[in-house]
Amino acid sequence: MKNKIEISELKVHYGDTPALNGVSFDVYENEILGIIGPAQSGKTTLLKVINRTLEFTQDTTVEGSVKLDGVDINSIGDVHGLRRRIGMVLPLPVGLPLSIYDNVAFAPRTAGMRKKAELDVIVERCLQQAALWDEVKDRLDSLGTKLSGGQQQRLTIARALSHQPEVLCLDEFSIAVDPITTMRIEDVLKTLKNEMTILLVTNLVQQAKRLANRTAFMLNGDLIEIDNTDVIFSENPSNQATYDYVNGNFG
Amino acid sequence: MNNNTDISPEAMFTETDIGRRNRFIENVFKTFFFIMTCLMILPLLLIIGYLFYKALPVLSLDFLFTNPKDNMRAGGLWAPFLGTIYLVVVSLLVAAPIGVFSAVYLNEYARDNWFTRIVNLAVVNLAGVPSIVHALFGVGAFVLFAGLGESILAASLTLAIMTLPVIIASTTEALKAVPMSFREACWNLGATRWQTIRRIVLPNSISGILTGVILQVSRAAGETAPIMFTGAVFYKAIAEGNFLAYNIGDQCMALSLHLYTISTQVPDVAEGIPYGTAIVLVGSVLLVNAAAIVLRVYLRTRKKW
Repeated sequence: MKNKIEISELKVHYGDTPALNGVSFDVYENEILGIIGPAQSGKTTLLKVINRTLEFTQDTTVEGSVKLDGVDINSIGDVHGLRRRIGMVLPLPVGLPLSIYDNVAFAPRTAGMRKKAELDVIVERCLQQAALWDEVKDRLDSLGTKLSGGQQQRLTIARALSHQPEVLCLDEFSIAVDPITTMRIEDVLKTLKNEMTILLVTNLVQQAKRLANRTAFMLNGDLIEIDNTDVIFSENPSNQATYDYVNGNFG
Repeated sequence: MNNNTDISPEAMFTETDIGRRNRFIENVFKTFFFIMTCLMILPLLLIIGYLFYKALPVLSLDFLFTNPKDNMRAGGLWAPFLGTIYLVVVSLLVAAPIGVFSAVYLNEYARDNWFTRIVNLAVVNLAGVPSIVHALFGVGAFVLFAGLGESILAASLTLAIMTLPVIIASTTEALKAVPMSFREACWNLGATRWQTIRRIVLPNSISGILTGVILQVSRAAGETAPIMFTGAVFYKAIAEGNFLAYNIGDQCMALSLHLYTISTQVPDVAEGIPYGTAIVLVGSVLLVNAAAIVLRVYLRTRKKW
């Protein structure tokens, strides 16, 4: 199996506070990797390192390396291009104060695409993929910020898909989404993994169990265990803490 | 049997002592705050009403469009009125771009380090400097050192220095009102900082930025100290009705200084003239402020979250 992302000895400090203490693992191409773990375990930090948006936070030090397709991400000169190769969905939905159409067309436009016909195709495809098209197709020029929370989160997903990322990072995407929509998005993710690699950070261990090919368990900035999802959720994962966490004994 | 059946329906809906007391206190404070609000409006209405009453004999279009005559004892306000417009416009043309763009830099680009902290501290302190100090700085820096002489340009630059820190502060407030999550979403999409600023931050803070700038018109128009040593004169006749009558290197008259002159330096001025001058000064400032409010309402109806 081809490695899409290779992370080795990744250490991150916020000032003096450690967030990641030397994490190493690989992400395979076209898999869904579930990342579970309680709060403060470093999951979100990990995603921010991968698309280099941690650089916007002050006083952070990053050691170790992250490679995308074998290339160190810090050696990629076009950081904005790198960010467009990675789709990012944050926990709370953020509809940009633009029309629904402009929300989805935002990333292609910043990348220089101007042709209306091409943008139309992208907007429709992404909204379809995010299971939002049917609800908004008649009002694409109304404001993205006026949608309901669940709709805004699907808009966020559509936006993350709009620049055709190779890697899709979802950080607790279902927090603001109702269960039925969550199931619809999960179905979408299952098809999307044929086209891209998906990192699914989630607090819902059952969601990782449903979707992920492999699951990583993180705790206090350490990677405790990474293995096939059925091993993590079996009676005998290699670490007792993993068993306790997925079975709700703590966390 | 339920104990509640002891309470008759009437008793359940009768106000308790605590409820009555809370309602009383609620009314006391509501009335108190309302009276305070009236007290705030009252002086404004009285001042404007009194000015109008006293100025009524002289108020006319001619008063606005003729020069002062007979050692300011007759005639109108054309030269000082136009002078004030020149000073305000030129000073804002200088202060608004510098203030707005430096606020954008400080808020959107600059990292929080010792340099930006010193700059922010300087901005806050500069805003608190008395205007007479700005005047002395203007004399030293613009009139003498830069060799501009006493001119509209020197006076406008002095006013610009005075209004700059407040414009920076108000612009910063307007920028901060745009949620950080919008910027993060843009960065995650691979937008540069400039793309983020141009497409998201500025369109959603422009009403606040413009309001902050326009409110500085009233300060620039009303100040006497910064201009009286740097470019404003007691008397200067100019072509009546010609909006281009001043040259930027000329000295000029100004409403605020004119009001000071005719009230204290010139004996036997007809009573209506100073009041009329005050009405024109207050009126033009209020007009500009009203324009700011209209603009703000218009832009806010387009606010997008």
